[in-house]
Amino acid sequence: MSESGVPGLSTEVLEEPQQQGGGRRMVLNMGPQHPSTHGVLRLLMELDGENIVTCRPDIGFLHTGIEKEFEVKNYQQAVTLTDRVDYLAPLSNNLGYCLAVEKLLQLDIPPQAQWMRVMLAELTRLNSHLVWLGTHALDIGAMTVFLYCFREREEILKIFEMFSGQRMMTSYFRIGGLALEPPRGWYARIKKFIDVFPSRIDEYENLLTNNRIWIGRTKGVGMISLEDMLDLAVTGPMLRAAGLSLDVRKDAPYSSYEKFDFEVPTRTENDVYARYLVRIEEMRQSVRIIKQAMDGMPGGDWKADAPHVVLPDREKMKTQMEALIYHFKIITEGFRVPEGEVFHAIESPRGELGFYIVSDGTATPYRVHMRTPSFGNLQAVPRMVEGTLIADVIAAIGSMDFVLGDTDR
Amino acid sequence: MLPENLKEHSAALAVDAFDADAIKGGKFEFGELTLEIAPAKIASVCGFLKYDQAFIRLSTVTAVDRYPAEPRFEVVYHLHCIERKERLRLKCRLMGAEPTIESVTSVWRGANWYEREVFDLFGITFQNHPDLRRIMLPEDWEGYPLRKDYPVLGPRV
Repeated sequence: MSESGVPGLSTEVLEEPQQQGGGRRMVLNMGPQHPSTHGVLRLLMELDGENIVTCRPDIGFLHTGIEKEFEVKNYQQAVTLTDRVDYLAPLSNNLGYCLAVEKLLQLDIPPQAQWMRVMLAELTRLNSHLVWLGTHALDIGAMTVFLYCFREREEILKIFEMFSGQRMMTSYFRIGGLALEPPRGWYARIKKFIDVFPSRIDEYENLLTNNRIWIGRTKGVGMISLEDMLDLAVTGPMLRAAGLSLDVRKDAPYSSYEKFDFEVPTRTENDVYARYLVRIEEMRQSVRIIKQAMDGMPGGDWKADAPHVVLPDREKMKTQMEALIYHFKIITEGFRVPEGEVFHAIESPRGELGFYIVSDGTATPYRVHMRTPSFGNLQAVPRMVEGTLIADVIAAIGSMDFVLGDTDR
Repeated sequence: MLPENLKEHSAALAVDAFDADAIKGGKFEFGELTLEIAPAKIASVCGFLKYDQAFIRLSTVTAVDRYPAEPRFEVVYHLHCIERKERLRLKCRLMGAEPTIESVTSVWRGANWYEREVFDLFGITFQNHPDLRRIMLPEDWEGYPLRKDYPVLGPRV
């Protein structure tokens, strides 16, 4: 190619022979405290000029032994641990864990609790995608988007606070249903937010979708073949941006997702830009689901009719002997879960989140393993960035949307 | 030997037809199929399941410590067939002294980090693994935290 395509830059400069004795390689250490690694990811990259020859991710800086800690908590207490794994999608984690334990207990969850779970899980998806979009754009140099995204995220966190009393570590889903009765006025609060939100997505799209700098930084960047991704345990929007419509919400619907009308957006370009478009469309689909959940919210109970598992109402506890005994038993020793093992996967904002729980029949889990989406996704980093330019690494890893708490556990 | 009650599951039958000695047992509980595989056969069974039975995704690899029972360790594989929307759990039991098993990285490259994690936290060695290094813990860490004989709390100082 004779023209470099960039005005004023002759290609001769680019094609100048390298130093005598072949190109000297250097090793670049990125992280673990680099701001664009969103946490504590460390990448060791061997560079030949600006090309990455090898890339070696180093993880584990945030390993807190959560899987071990599950083994000394009773089942209900352990819900609080799941929040802290993927701190951008706490309710998704709560949901995955509760569904797995409920499968072991074979509990029937009343429709209102299921729909509430769906609605809040989708709000969590919005929350997580907003943080992703804001920080990803910030990494690439579009600062305004970050401020816009966090404005809306704040609203979502306030909604979470209204439901659970907590902004981030909600623990709102409990085994058998919800932690508290849905607060008065939740409908109006969410409606106010969800009515404006689609126009806010339009705002982000105005800023980015046709932005020449954004397109230049993201189109054709971070390519990796679908076969490689499937082989390397990648899940979630990354696969959907490569044309594979794999979504646990559709394939194995849980918590009555089968009753909702939504689409799984896919693209085929398989680059950073396609992943951006997929996530933007996912936000619109989430809005659709939330609207359906709000308007069709069934009445009735918000926790299962299982007195040995679910705490009794405060009022009953003070007036009925039976309820008082159950309350005492559940608080002091927890509840026993039948022996067995289950694996339950859900679609978290980042991909397939699976809980593998082994029970030995006591009130404490014998073993809990979390199949977290970030751990699988990060494995694909070397395959994705090797052979590309160092400047594209930030865009490429940003498009994976990993959370290091989710990776290291 | 394939247990009688699993004969209606096509994946179990297929593995049985592929290598009858490989299956040590199995169960179908909570709508999930578990096959217990002889540790020596794990790589070949996984290869068969991936290429012949379309279990193209390895969802996760982990382990369970049954201390003090023997065989002490269970290495657990979760497979996913996207076409048939089917999941399958494979399990291998290993003795407590120098637990070693063949790596399945030759079948799914994605097993790499999962096996490293099990190696790091359980002390189970994977043969023919391309890069068996610690992944979570510092280089000088002693002991294997997810084993049952490893304390949750350290001594008070």
